[in-house]
Amino acid sequence: MSMNNQGRPTAPTNDAVTATGAALLPDEPLLFEIGDTDHSGVDLPDVEITGTRLGNHARKSPLDLPGLTEPEAMRHYVRLSRLNMSIDSGMYPLGSCTMKHNPRLNEKLARLPGFADIHPLQPVSTVQGALELIDELADWLMVLTNTSAVAMSPKAGAHGELCGMMAIKAAQEARGEGHRKVVLVPESAHGTNPATAAFLGYSVKSIPANANGTVDASAVIAALGPDVAAIMLTNPNTCGLFEPEVIEIAQAVHDAGAFFYCDGANFNAIMGVVRPGDLGIDAMHINLHKTFSTPHGGGGPGAGPVVLSEALAPFAPIPFVRKDGNSRVLVEHGEGTQSFGRLTAFHGQMGMFTRALSFMLSHGGDGLAQGAKDAVLNANYIKARLEKVFSAPFGGQPCMHEALFDDSFLEGSGVSTLDFAKAMIDEGFHPMTMYFPLVVHGAMLIEPTESESKQTLDKFCDTMLELAADAKAGNLTRFTAAPMKAPRRRLDETRAARSPMLKWVAPVAEQEAAE
Amino acid sequence: MRYLPHSDAERAEMLGVIGAKTVEDLFAAVPRAALQTESLNLPGHQPEYMVENHMHALSGKNRAAGDGPFFVGAGAYRHHVPASVDHLIQRSEFLTAYTPYQPEISQGTLQMLFEFQTQVANLTGMDVANASMYDGSTATAEAVLMACRLTRRNKIILSGGIHPHYRDVVRTYMGEGEHLVCLEASPEGQGGITAEVDDATAAIVIQTPDFYGHLRDVKSLAEAAHAKGALLIVVVTEAVALGLIEAPGALGADIVVAEGQSIGNALNFGGPYVGLMATRDKFIRQMPGRLCGETVDAEGKRGFVLTLSTREQHIRREKATSNICTNSGLCALAFSIHMSLLGEAGLTKLARLNHARACALADALEEIPGVELLNDTFFNEMTLRLSKPAAAVVEALVAKNIIAGVPVSRLEPGKPELDNLLVLAATELTSDGDIAALVAGLKEVLA
Repeated sequence: MSMNNQGRPTAPTNDAVTATGAALLPDEPLLFEIGDTDHSGVDLPDVEITGTRLGNHARKSPLDLPGLTEPEAMRHYVRLSRLNMSIDSGMYPLGSCTMKHNPRLNEKLARLPGFADIHPLQPVSTVQGALELIDELADWLMVLTNTSAVAMSPKAGAHGELCGMMAIKAAQEARGEGHRKVVLVPESAHGTNPATAAFLGYSVKSIPANANGTVDASAVIAALGPDVAAIMLTNPNTCGLFEPEVIEIAQAVHDAGAFFYCDGANFNAIMGVVRPGDLGIDAMHINLHKTFSTPHGGGGPGAGPVVLSEALAPFAPIPFVRKDGNSRVLVEHGEGTQSFGRLTAFHGQMGMFTRALSFMLSHGGDGLAQGAKDAVLNANYIKARLEKVFSAPFGGQPCMHEALFDDSFLEGSGVSTLDFAKAMIDEGFHPMTMYFPLVVHGAMLIEPTESESKQTLDKFCDTMLELAADAKAGNLTRFTAAPMKAPRRRLDETRAARSPMLKWVAPVAEQEAAE
Repeated sequence: MRYLPHSDAERAEMLGVIGAKTVEDLFAAVPRAALQTESLNLPGHQPEYMVENHMHALSGKNRAAGDGPFFVGAGAYRHHVPASVDHLIQRSEFLTAYTPYQPEISQGTLQMLFEFQTQVANLTGMDVANASMYDGSTATAEAVLMACRLTRRNKIILSGGIHPHYRDVVRTYMGEGEHLVCLEASPEGQGGITAEVDDATAAIVIQTPDFYGHLRDVKSLAEAAHAKGALLIVVVTEAVALGLIEAPGALGADIVVAEGQSIGNALNFGGPYVGLMATRDKFIRQMPGRLCGETVDAEGKRGFVLTLSTREQHIRREKATSNICTNSGLCALAFSIHMSLLGEAGLTKLARLNHARACALADALEEIPGVELLNDTFFNEMTLRLSKPAAAVVEALVAKNIIAGVPVSRLEPGKPELDNLLVLAATELTSDGDIAALVAGLKEVLA
């Protein structure tokens, strides 16, 4: 296949056959530039179809899917992988994402045929071990949160939010209070919170943060009323702070006839140390891919089981597992229950359940609590070492699992949070979360997790302080031109959005030749 | 604890730098009443081999699909996945990376997503695909909501051939009411979809091959929908079928959603899977989920970024097209690698092989007294009407180590007319011996 690429921004800059130096940072062509429709990496018998049952539905249009032989595929994907930074290759301190170590034991166990090669609809008598595993994981989650029920099927954190809010909506309708149409959301919340509330037809009322970066119970009380269905509060919050008035907030919300949804994105800071059920939450999703180390996988799949209070438990989605003497049954239909319905085709993210349970058993209850304490220790260590130079808008108090800074320390330097983040790439660190939460200007949200050693934290802090000094000294180029040592220089996101190119199309010349 | 790097001496040293006496001081904001002073009632940490023993014991209580004849489909299919796929998705750089928000150091994930989007668009015959959804069922619900936004109408008609669980998920997402018309189960044919279409209709939703295995006439339904200004959503739960049947995009579909598990992904008891979603160019801005697009870097080199994010929750908050935040990145990667290995030639062969195995199965089953095949057309899945309730038949065959399929009553309880129906599938992994065992078992149980 020709490498002619007219009308495209650029062709791959080096041939597939590279010099040794370039091979360490290859510029990998697209699959469509190296494969073609005749090549294949599988060896399958070519069967004649006699007496076909396809009716008149047989394909006439071309598939246009290039194939690669196995050695070509191996090289293509290995080279692509090397263009990614990952937890295994360096510190990845993304705030609110909990990029902790992903143990390979989890991967090994999730691949056991008794877990990976079972079908969600095979007879329940043949998957008793799977149901037992789901129950066991649910028990861990209930003990860690002091709650009495858990909905296992949500496929991700945001899906868990949907689940919890649907349970709240169903509970309110069952009480004859379907008229409650407002959900309170603090302004520091993840975007998923207001999006979830709006998805269910609620209007969103924003609660401001106080000068300490937390929510005052008085602000919540002022916003409560007969039209309020729920509050969605993240705790610890996205500023990396534990909400000190959370118990008063829960009490006020309940007194007003509303429910308390807790976003559990940051549960890693308190696992085994604080039980959200003791704080008065009604529903909380737990991101297994954050707190319990199931890998992020370049963006999913995650899992978002939701723990529920006694008030909400009856409204949990189907399916769920129920003990029946010595065996377990799957309740797959809502008839005769108050379940709000089905959230997904099957039983949830079994592959993630296996990994999460493997992580829990490895750590034990004692190890999980130690992990939370180390995560908090690490974040406070970074905060202590950096806040002499970096501006901490809510300093003067310990943080939880993540340290938040704003960009006021860069004022007048000509360096933005984005520039600073890109310069970190050249120093070998994945940047922290930028420009979130929205409550501080030019936010830098750093979450080291418990997985980072003191040695790594020291190197990180040394680098950050050195970068800050350089920014203040006016060495602009180091920032505005960054990254210089990554597989790509800064990418033009405006261009991508203005004239979207979302799939590969054959170069013009090739199309003409084909016609 | 083998995953925690600090020694006690290091912890003490760090506390000194922080200026705290104990780590508990760092939890000062937590109300004292809520702070755990006792350890929770949970087992303590364990060495790796003990965790393995525990998990092996649980795994051993399940009957793996590969342990004998196995004919369950109904939205999840047992296909062979080449060894290189599972090796590659476990590369650290793919497995332990995050969402590619820093594109300069995430080109591996981004280029893979761009390739995946192209593969999905080509496979479905559509202009553009997103970077994946949780699974086929949630993708279907999102497609329905997307159609409502696009048409500014809210009536949805679900065909009686839709996977019942997909129908239930759409119900959950949309709420019950007159706006949602779910046609009666149609194990034998088309049902009266077109009669329901009116000026209030946002979309018709059909599945092909449908839950009962029938191949559906996409073209005439597209015409019926378009005549009233409605959209046609086509659902595919067996992606391999698209190697052999006409692409929905070539027949007038407006949105195509699919379960991509069949390609590259194990059964995993129902998850994680990978939802595919593809549409026409003009509908892009109402499509939920992540999108990866091509651009250039500061030196003019080609590169990829997540784009059109103003549709998404992290930018638009309560005005977003969906609350979805993630995709099924690693499952999409598995799909994409397997699809690259197959290529057009391999996928066509695989699809033909599946169809041939299903034809062999149908031919053998039709000979059995007490078995009626309901399908004129199918790809690799079909529906039988048995002379006895299907649930009891399936349970009786478990004793013979045969997993015969899914009784329709498991998904559609309380409908006696469906009690004797069995949905079953064959794939390339279905051997002549498997078919012979099922035939012998059925003969015995139905006698």
